[in-house]
Amino acid sequence: VSGTSVVETRERKASTVSARSAASVTVRAVLARIGRYTFLSAVLGFFALPLLWLATAPFDSQPTLTASIPEFTLDNFRTLLDNPYALPSLLNSIYLAAGAAILVVSFAALAAYALSRVRVPGRDALLYGLLLLSSIVTGTATMVPLFELAFRLNLIDSRLGVILVLSGGLLPAAIFILKDFMDTTPTSYEESARVFGASPLQIVRHIVVPVVRPGLATVTVWTVANVWGNFLVPFLLFRLPDKQPAAVIVYTLYTEGGQANLALLSTFSLLYSLPVVVMFIFVSSRYGFRFHGGIKR
Amino acid sequence: VVQATSRPDETIVGARPEPGAPPDAAGLGRLRAGGFIAPSLLLILAFLVAPAAWTIYLGVTDFRLTGLAAANPQIVGLDNYLAALGDERFHNSLLLTLQFVFGSAVLGQAGLGFAIAWSLRDQRGPLRRMVEAFVLLAWILPSSVVAFLWYALLDRDGGTLNVLLDTPGMAWLLDYPMLSIIIFNTWRGTAFSMMLYGAALGNVPPSHLETARLAGASTWQQLRDVVFPRIRGHVLTNLLLISLWTFNDFAPFLITAGGPEQRSEILPVYVYKVALTGGQLGFGAAISFVMLLINLVIALAYLRMLGRRKERV
Repeated sequence: VSGTSVVETRERKASTVSARSAASVTVRAVLARIGRYTFLSAVLGFFALPLLWLATAPFDSQPTLTASIPEFTLDNFRTLLDNPYALPSLLNSIYLAAGAAILVVSFAALAAYALSRVRVPGRDALLYGLLLLSSIVTGTATMVPLFELAFRLNLIDSRLGVILVLSGGLLPAAIFILKDFMDTTPTSYEESARVFGASPLQIVRHIVVPVVRPGLATVTVWTVANVWGNFLVPFLLFRLPDKQPAAVIVYTLYTEGGQANLALLSTFSLLYSLPVVVMFIFVSSRYGFRFHGGIKR
Repeated sequence: VVQATSRPDETIVGARPEPGAPPDAAGLGRLRAGGFIAPSLLLILAFLVAPAAWTIYLGVTDFRLTGLAAANPQIVGLDNYLAALGDERFHNSLLLTLQFVFGSAVLGQAGLGFAIAWSLRDQRGPLRRMVEAFVLLAWILPSSVVAFLWYALLDRDGGTLNVLLDTPGMAWLLDYPMLSIIIFNTWRGTAFSMMLYGAALGNVPPSHLETARLAGASTWQQLRDVVFPRIRGHVLTNLLLISLWTFNDFAPFLITAGGPEQRSEILPVYVYKVALTGGQLGFGAAISFVMLLINLVIALAYLRMLGRRKERV
């Protein structure tokens, strides 16, 4: 009899201890959860706050610098038509992005294919060197010689000049991404095409390109996003405002000419930002957001 | 013909055959392969290699945008570098750049990015999607647009921040220019760290964390003993990359233009002002070369790390 009572009390003791520790664990878990939600709300507030203005001002009949619930109107978008530089600058951005994308994707695809399939002597050293070069030679660190170079080659105020400069900077990373894609595709199709007498260029066009299409899409989107947002290179190389892309015109709109026209600035910023956002949503919904480390510059 | 062009590849001295990959599947041959690589190489030579080399040359000249030295630049040796060493404004700029990189990249982006990734690690549903969407939005919008958004947010008279904090007339950009651009760049770039750490935390087995928690480890102990040893490579990669990008970031120019009185004049802005506004191309190139060297050191450290990680895998 006494034996069982000892066991009972022991069990009772153990259960109260575990209950107490369980209670402290749940208290801790609740506190942790409250802490986490507070933190995430603060993060949400911090990241959303600067963006509020872009969401409200374009639709406000009296836009100010303060983000506030707008008195809804679409009249502000009419100012876009009145400004001689706004809409043409978007067209300039399209020219630059399209030009660079065509150049980067076609050149990089050819180079990546050759580097992936043929063992050119010194290939690994070349790739290593290119990657190193593209990460250290940034537009910021070489703005002086870039300006000089463009000046001497008569490429100031030339769209081609800006496209070439931007493409040169983007190519190494583009070759890298595409080589990765090509390395993972099997070579058996190419071998059989070769048996049937297809020329190397035919093989690239009809077999390699369709197979690595996701890679080409990635590089295209990445190039367009980079060129679309790039400020420094067109800022350095375009003097004439009618050649400048939207990135530079936005800056001009709020730094030059006294009081900024907020109706124009807000609608124009929104219109100029929209393509990147749409592209991003498209890519992440279609392909899932692929994480390529070291891509954004 | 195809065979004749592809065979030499196999006999290159020292060329190691890659496991599983037949040499030259499409029968390109080395000559045509060279032709495929040439266009890219030419562009890269002209617009990456040449500018870098030219930076070195310009840096030892007294080249100017206008005037006598523009028509007939003289080699001045290391004068530009010596001048930079003794230049108060250059010291100031270097110090501000250090603050900028350490404050906004190392502490700001990496710290906040990890904290967000850690809080979201077992979170699903709308809150996670909202947080991720806004953090990413700050990252993908064009820099001149976000620069104006911050300019408007921090404005002295009508800025949203002053309205929210009820501090009318507070001139954030004039009184705290460095703090402003550090917080701006944290906001701008945290997305990259968040995504990288998010991917890295996916590699930490939840059972290990569970075990540590049951053993009574605090969050800090879990991070130090369970999480960090597994993501050390990611942490280093992230720090090097964001330092490199932040060091070369020109966006602060769009908000403060280096002012007031050079109090936010980080190196990129300094070079722009000295060389392209002030016309001292030679001196600006010398500073650019110093920037290139710093970039080289960071990039070499990064590539060495990548190489080592590949060996381990």
